Amino acid sequence: MKTFKVEMQDVHKSFGSKHVLRGVNLEVKKGESLVIVGGSGTGKSVTIKTILGLIKADSGKILIDGKDITKASGKERDELLGSCGMLFQGGALFDSMTVWENVAFGLTQGQKMSKKKAYPIAIEKLKAVGLSEDIAQQYPAELSGGMQKRVSLARAIASHPDIIFFDEPTTGLDPIMADVINNLIRKTVKELGATAISITHDMASVRKIADSVAMIYEGKIIWHGPIEKLENSGNEYVDQFIHGKEDGPIRF
Amino acid sequence: MKFILNICQRLGARLLDFFEVMGRLILFALTALKDVLLPPYYPRLIGSQLINIGYYSLTVVGLTALFSGMVLALQSYTGFARFNAESAIANVVVLSITRELAPVLAGLMVAGRIGASIAAEIATMRVTEQIDAMSTLKVNPFQYLIAPRVLAGTIMLPFLVFIADIIGVFGGFLVAVYVLDFNAFAYIQQTWEFVEFIDVASGLVKAAVFGFIITLMGCYCGYYSGRGAQGVGSATTNAVVSASILILISNYLLSQVFFS
Ligand SMILES: Nc1ncnc2c1ncn2[C@@H]1O[C@H](COP(=O)(O)OP(=O)(O)OP(=O)(O)O)[C@@H](O)[C@H]1O
Ligand SMILES: [Mg+2]
Repeated sequence: MKTFKVEMQDVHKSFGSKHVLRGVNLEVKKGESLVIVGGSGTGKSVTIKTILGLIKADSGKILIDGKDITKASGKERDELLGSCGMLFQGGALFDSMTVWENVAFGLTQGQKMSKKKAYPIAIEKLKAVGLSEDIAQQYPAELSGGMQKRVSLARAIASHPDIIFFDEPTTGLDPIMADVINNLIRKTVKELGATAISITHDMASVRKIADSVAMIYEGKIIWHGPIEKLENSGNEYVDQFIHGKEDGPIRF
Repeated sequence: MKFILNICQRLGARLLDFFEVMGRLILFALTALKDVLLPPYYPRLIGSQLINIGYYSLTVVGLTALFSGMVLALQSYTGFARFNAESAIANVVVLSITRELAPVLAGLMVAGRIGASIAAEIATMRVTEQIDAMSTLKVNPFQYLIAPRVLAGTIMLPFLVFIADIIGVFGGFLVAVYVLDFNAFAYIQQTWEFVEFIDVASGLVKAAVFGFIITLMGCYCGYYSGRGAQGVGSATTNAVVSASILILISNYLLSQVFFS
């Protein structure tokens, strides 16, 4: 049997009386780019945070490289998750550090690389997301929202993670910059052989970066298939969502 | 009957909550302690916390000690005059300052200044997911954020209190000599001959414990902060209130240990 890079089996999560994840099943192959779509507040961010262990699942299994991280010891878990990078929906930049220190944080503090060696890498990553060296010494609060998002993206990919999570990478960017970011995500997967799990509402972005697509609705994955099948999924929830129609089975 | 059952149920739930919080706090303290002692260390972060906690608290702690020493001299004079014991002022001042007032007052002032700012800073990082981001970048937030603060607080408070001891005694001296017309040399000699090592040492040990409590509660309340601006606000309040109460309780217990 082939082991998946990331696998979720019947994962549940509630916050108080709010049952957010109601049995999520998901498999991602190594080197694959999966995009999760779904309505606002359906638990997309919660799903990827449970994979990273930032939110503890109530029940179910989460396997990375075949190992169940919900049962792993603290050290094992740190190691498994050490190979993960994440772009947070809200950016989550360290506001007490400059832009380049943010991007280099995983290198200088996590891997103990010297600042001298980390600086050029940080600048290179900033350039990859369309930002110039001029802003390297600025603080995140001095940047626009879209620029913060891109700095955050640069930080997520700077230490070459094995598995990368992108939570709405293109939200708040202009269409051209969004395309640059989409290409960058594509390239990260292709060239570095990374596995990517992204969340987006932007259908252009889905078509550009996805190998496969999963749709979450009411705390479950209701459809999961290759991107080629997205248009003819035969699933009326998916149809309604990708065409952005008000009429259909999904009610708000 | 139903009424009584209801009350029992509520009490039981409260009790469970209490034990849950205590358990979590103890676990938090042990983890912090472990990360203070074991590598990796972040010397630069420890240094900046030492400066933040120590140097920037000097003014407020110094002023508190100065006026406490002054008022102590004044009050003991008027009080002791009733049974002709005015000559004991120097003894009263140095004893109260070193054993109790300097550590407790410095502890409470620093709890307000440092405990609050640590809680606000860490709670903000929690709310904006910076702590989550840190752990995805292979940096353990306990080692990076909490250990340096707890270590710096535990080291720095004894220094602050030692300085407060000196300033507090000096405050008493000022009032005794310039207001109450005591002989300066005799006052200093009396102070010096009366004070014992254990008086000062016990105060410094208390200070170290208070420093640990202040920074630990600041970190704990920030780390488990609720969501949003309100979460940050109540984390700050809780940090200061819980640290202050714990300081007063542990002060009594430590005094009991040292002097009985
Ligand atoms: N830490 C938390 N505590 C309580 N409730 C939470 C928490 N995190 C998420 N939720 C709830 O879980 C639900 C799903 O949240 P989630 O952030 O996963 O939505 P989402 O699918 O990412 O939506 P969006 O597209 O708007 O980002 C929401 O109803 C939210 O209120
Ligand atoms: Mg989200």
